[in-house]
Amino acid sequence: MSDSTSTANGAVVEVHHEHPPYQRHHFESVDQQFDATNFAMWLFLLTEIMFFGGLFTSYLIMRNWYYPAFVEASHQLNIGWGTANTAVLIVSSFTMAMGVWSAEMRKKGMLILFLSLTWLLGMAFLGIKSIEYTEKWEKFHVPGLHWSDSSFLNPASDPEVYSEYHDKPLAPDMAAKTEMYFFLYFAMTGMHALHMIIGISILTFMIIRARQGAYTTGHVTYVENFGLYWHFVDIVWIFLFPLLYLISRY
Amino acid sequence: MSEQNQPKEHDQEHHIVSPVTYGAILLALLIFTGLTVWASYIDLGAWQIAPGLTLFWNPVVALAIACTKMTLVVLFFMHVKYSRKLTKLTVASGFFVFIVLIGMTMTDYFTRAWGRW
Repeated sequence: MSDSTSTANGAVVEVHHEHPPYQRHHFESVDQQFDATNFAMWLFLLTEIMFFGGLFTSYLIMRNWYYPAFVEASHQLNIGWGTANTAVLIVSSFTMAMGVWSAEMRKKGMLILFLSLTWLLGMAFLGIKSIEYTEKWEKFHVPGLHWSDSSFLNPASDPEVYSEYHDKPLAPDMAAKTEMYFFLYFAMTGMHALHMIIGISILTFMIIRARQGAYTTGHVTYVENFGLYWHFVDIVWIFLFPLLYLISRY
Repeated sequence: MSEQNQPKEHDQEHHIVSPVTYGAILLALLIFTGLTVWASYIDLGAWQIAPGLTLFWNPVVALAIACTKMTLVVLFFMHVKYSRKLTKLTVASGFFVFIVLIGMTMTDYFTRAWGRW
């Protein structure tokens, strides 16, 4: 027999079970509620994977079509900044995981600390990204808006990059394809950065709620599922980093 | 409420991953990051599979390391190792479909008009 038989006027005829205040009435138990929301979060992340997958696929196809242009355009990225940002994001994933642990252990101070550290590292990532974006603007490498392919028609005009890679000048039709590389660069890192901004906004909200003691009463669902989102954004960067920065040296 | 509707007790437990595990994973991820940067500075050569078809090892190694890092994040930071079968199945089938979509698209693009792009 079902234990929640509703009558026509909506009144629920049942004995009200004891349960924590954060358990919704349509769930049998807190664990069932946790599993349901966890499952839903994963379904959402799978749609996100498919969404970024489209960008990654375009990048792979274009890279194979216009290989010389993509290689020389990749040389414009600074591996040092890219590595720094990868480290920042990985450490932020760790602090987020520790935030989940703090919530599970009901340590309010630790939770606030780790959420704040995650927030700071997220901002540091965006800061480094903005340094890189500024350099792209200064070098006329923003496609469609502030663009010139002279760095690729005449690589020696860019002594800093030229001294490291000694790139040969590209033919004009191939040099024009470097704009496609930078279009994809901005589309992929920009979409990733947007996810970071959304994540940091939610973190701000969570830090306020954590200070009110919202997540240290045994109700870890929100922190746990936000953690999944944050780690997902980290995974996207784990793939962006080699594809954009690393694989064009040889 | 009938007894058989109650899930088994041990299936319910919410597993808490220890900070030691998280620390070890952080260390592994940072080491793999160093490794992939280091590997990118070395010419790992290429495999001439057939005329016009060459496999460069540098991107293969970089992506292999990225996949390893992703697996560590998914299993430990995202708790899939400690999750129920439903979550494991969802994640695994999601990645499978993703690989099929990318793989089929790639085989189509790369076997069309050989050498004319």
